[in-house]
Amino acid sequence: MKPRHKRIALIAGGLTALSLAAALVLNALNSNIAFFVTPSEVAAGKAPLDRPFRIGGMVKEGSLRRDNLTVHFVITDTAKEVPVTYTGILPDLFKEGKGAVAQGRLGPDGVFAATEVLAKHDENYMPPEAGHAIEQAQKAQQTLKQ
Amino acid sequence: MSNRLINWFRYASPQSFYPLAGKLIPWFWALAALFGLTGLYIAFFVAPTDFQQGEGYRIIFIHVPAAWMSMFIYLVMAFWAGLGLALNTRLSGMMAQALAPTGALMAFLSLWTGAFWGKPMWGTWWVWDARLTSALILFFLYIGFIALQAAIDDARRADRAGAILALVGVVNVPIIYFSVKWWNTLHQGASVSLTKAPTMAATMLWGMLIMALAFWMYSIAVALMRVRAIILEREAHTEWVKALPEVRGSTS
Repeated sequence: MKPRHKRIALIAGGLTALSLAAALVLNALNSNIAFFVTPSEVAAGKAPLDRPFRIGGMVKEGSLRRDNLTVHFVITDTAKEVPVTYTGILPDLFKEGKGAVAQGRLGPDGVFAATEVLAKHDENYMPPEAGHAIEQAQKAQQTLKQ
Repeated sequence: MSNRLINWFRYASPQSFYPLAGKLIPWFWALAALFGLTGLYIAFFVAPTDFQQGEGYRIIFIHVPAAWMSMFIYLVMAFWAGLGLALNTRLSGMMAQALAPTGALMAFLSLWTGAFWGKPMWGTWWVWDARLTSALILFFLYIGFIALQAAIDDARRADRAGAILALVGVVNVPIIYFSVKWWNTLHQGASVSLTKAPTMAATMLWGMLIMALAFWMYSIAVALMRVRAIILEREAHTEWVKALPEVRGSTS
């Protein structure tokens, strides 16, 4: 074996070992790396009750209610729902039917008291006309179902 | 080696790579300008506004190409560093050293433009989610690589030390890329990927891809300029460098 080949093997071996270690570490940290938990995970008791955490999902259609400066809405992942209250200014992209992440504590009554609300944008980019057309199509579909 | 093939190893020597790089640089600058102007024109005048974000989405024409570049340059840098470590070629270390500042610039640009976008869209400049944090680590890896190389006086030893750092850090690149898939992150998933159709309007997508090409050409052009400067610096003692017209003119 030439020294050159030895070095190549050493580098390849080192990188493999390193990737393996990284994969194991990331796998172990999995739940801690997640930026937010979903309502289903909250329902399954995976959310910490003793400290603040973030909850993420869709803002349920028709659930947004304003009460002076306090807003009430429901975060859903289509399977489970969590009601949220928040006092403060919402980001521009915060809308019903769109993604949002709220940070705060889950109260004993099951209501999530948020101290910060962030809008979560999706990966779709399109002109307003196309967005409007899709909304119309979705509405038409919903009325057909009903 | 047969005569029909180009002898690539010829260009592994700094002496023959130096004039080749010099010839290529103007072409890459010209292409960078061409793609850059076309891309910016599409970005500002042709691409429509976004249905949710309005005009603010136009940051992607800088943000996404810069973020792609920051990851890709790191891979190329680690490739050269690893090659230098394995084959002990002089030019490889110089290439890695030449790429690092451009990579750091791209990483910084992606973080900075991302923060500008995050404030109006998400409602925050910065969050510690997996994508943002791993991108910040990439920036620190570049800075660490540059600092480590600069701290060691002997160029060959500096290359070897830097190469090990670059290779260790390569683990971070797939983490950045797949972070939005593997974990819940505030950062949205990929709009453009190899496995599915892009979720963007065509003109927006074209603008972004042309801007990405412009960033490629710019990165190659500056990296080649920088590698030429590094060659002159490191090979200053050799006869061929002393015989160069640009060197003779400046020292006499």
